[in-house]
Amino acid sequence: MPNSADLKAREEAHWAKTSRLMFTHLGVWFFFGFVIHMFVKPLNTIVIPVLGFPLGFYMAAQGSLIVFVVMLYLFARQQDKIDREFGFAEED
Amino acid sequence: MATQSAGSSDFLNNLGRVYGIYTGGFVAFVVLLAVLEQVGVPNKILGYLFVFFTLAVYAIIGVLSRTAQVSEYYVAGRSVPALYNGMATGADWMSAASFVGMAGTLFLLGYDGLAWVLGWTGGFVLVSILIGPYLRKFGAYTVPDFLAFRYGGNFARGLGVIVLVACSFTYVTAQIYGTGLIASRFLGMQFELAVFAGLVGILVCSMLGGMRAVTWTQVAQYIVLIIAYLTPIVILSTKNYGFPIPELTYGQAIADITAREQQMLATGLTTAAALKPHIQPFINYSPLNFFAIIMCMMVGTASLPHILMRYFTTPSVREARQSVAWSLLFIFLLYFSAPAYAAFSKLEVYTNIIGRDLTAIRPWLFNWGELGLIQICGKNAGSIDAIVAACKAIAGHPGVVRLQDFVINTDVIVLSTPEIAGLPYVISGLVAAGGLAAALSTADGLLLAIANALSHDVYYKMIDPNAPTVRRLMIARVLLLIVAVVAAATAATKPGDILAMVGWAFSLAMAGNFPALVMGVWWKRTTATGAVCGIIAGFGLCLFYLVTSRYFPGAGVKYFGMTSLLNPVTGAPVVDIAKAMALPNAMESFPTLAHPLANKVGWFNLTNIACGLLGAPLGFAVIYIVSKLGKEPSAEMQAYVDDIRKPRGRTVLEEKTT
Repeated sequence: MPNSADLKAREEAHWAKTSRLMFTHLGVWFFFGFVIHMFVKPLNTIVIPVLGFPLGFYMAAQGSLIVFVVMLYLFARQQDKIDREFGFAEED
Repeated sequence: MATQSAGSSDFLNNLGRVYGIYTGGFVAFVVLLAVLEQVGVPNKILGYLFVFFTLAVYAIIGVLSRTAQVSEYYVAGRSVPALYNGMATGADWMSAASFVGMAGTLFLLGYDGLAWVLGWTGGFVLVSILIGPYLRKFGAYTVPDFLAFRYGGNFARGLGVIVLVACSFTYVTAQIYGTGLIASRFLGMQFELAVFAGLVGILVCSMLGGMRAVTWTQVAQYIVLIIAYLTPIVILSTKNYGFPIPELTYGQAIADITAREQQMLATGLTTAAALKPHIQPFINYSPLNFFAIIMCMMVGTASLPHILMRYFTTPSVREARQSVAWSLLFIFLLYFSAPAYAAFSKLEVYTNIIGRDLTAIRPWLFNWGELGLIQICGKNAGSIDAIVAACKAIAGHPGVVRLQDFVINTDVIVLSTPEIAGLPYVISGLVAAGGLAAALSTADGLLLAIANALSHDVYYKMIDPNAPTVRRLMIARVLLLIVAVVAAATAATKPGDILAMVGWAFSLAMAGNFPALVMGVWWKRTTATGAVCGIIAGFGLCLFYLVTSRYFPGAGVKYFGMTSLLNPVTGAPVVDIAKAMALPNAMESFPTLAHPLANKVGWFNLTNIACGLLGAPLGFAVIYIVSKLGKEPSAEMQAYVDDIRKPRGRTVLEEKTT
């Protein structure tokens, strides 16, 4: 059954790419959720011009949140693109 | 039936228009009330109009969305577009505590409070990339549905139900309590009566139409709550800084606060010990606990059944993903504004209360002082005379308010902002309506999660799999009513313990659900035995840590090697264990919070609210090891997992719907 072997290969390639995307986003999430806030004290010595926020405070209050929102829109598009590439996307 | 479905598709095609008109109508209503206020209608009447008008609208939506179809009742017919599901999730997610309490927490804790802001937003990233869309493809009605299918039946389902009820029931009780609190504070309603009104508000929204009705009322509630949250602070920002985006202008307020803190120290208005600088990190939580709280709130978000089930309602997997993005955008609008509330209020308190002569205090705080929510010199700040008398009693008091004299309840920050800004009462009423919307919408979602687990998982799947549709829906409604009444009755007793337990929900969900859900999708080799053992071990450890450190701290110290938590600034133990253990009540079980060790002991200096950080890793480890020891899952099951991973095609689980 060449057809099913082909399906198997497509499934594996699709999942490999999906997993890679997952780990990439997980990495960004971890960086903006945790790593950057570990450096809050040095970051607080930088003050954002005009607005007046200390950078460390700003990242926890707004910066990281903006990254999360943008990430999610981006992820929805990227994952959809992967699904389409392997023919696993739903019909529009 | 035909007319009903034609009517509903008409509705779905015109959602933008319907909610556009609704939003316009709501704004017009607020303007009308503002006019009424100007012509002299008393505040109390305005307050009642606000509450009854909004409740009536939710009730109408609830009744119009009634349904006799199982899939409409449980998953809104899987027809909710991404954007609207995002709004509904926003309202589902943002509770009374987010609306009323978050800004106050940030006021008190400064930078450290941002752990909650980060924790309650970042979790949606995990929902989207790890779990939500896959459960949508699976085609479940409830989270235990997935556990049962993937992990071999009703034992796993039962565990799922236990975890679900454990993390949802205290939470829903707190929401109903919140409705009572808001209505009683704002309208002067009696607390028990207000709880009852809240209960009715919740039931009319959910009972007839299940998920379908809850979805469309939550969208309406989101619109009210976000308008209510942003309006006062936008006006305040425009007044003080000439720019209507408070999220940008409060940077200046923070700079002013920091300058004022130094000034207060220099002029003796505060001491280094009493002052907690607003932007200084890690003075309320140690770095470990700060990051532990963020982690537990984030992972907890991705494991809470009432959130996950919202993504079962979208028309497709693709829209489920988009919907998570919309959800976070709508939630972000509130959470990135909360620190602005905190900063503006703090600046007002630091400049216009601290350092003022006792007789020159601004009158807005007396209303809150009378209720005991603001205290100066240890007494309720009800009037100038009361404050002067209270401060005179303190030896050597300088006659001006010092920072250490001033105590404020966290709820006051959001509720008092309209008055601080000198706005008319109608804005205060608007804020109350927003707080109510936040509490009601979260209560609806939670209640539905619990009742659905009981009716679908316990009754239909475990007790009577042949039940006809009519009986299933009847049972679902009866159970909803019972759970709601029990929760309201519990809330009416003002149970301090239950309210304090709400934070536990996140860790319990994280430890109980997260490993099994993630492994079920991402690792085909996960076996039923492995998952069941993992749920029991992770959830069990988390529950053990919570209950022991809270209710059996003596036993925790004596038998389980728990030690005192440490002060984040000095690193010294917060209690003297040896002394406390020598007390006669040290080994009492179920002591009250008065127990000298309650919530103050633990392992590794980890606060018990973050116990998920112990439970979830254990859960993952147990699932991995036990699965490796057992036989790999059947080829059939592995094929199902492949199906879950591909958006195209039918859902894995096909429910009988008629």
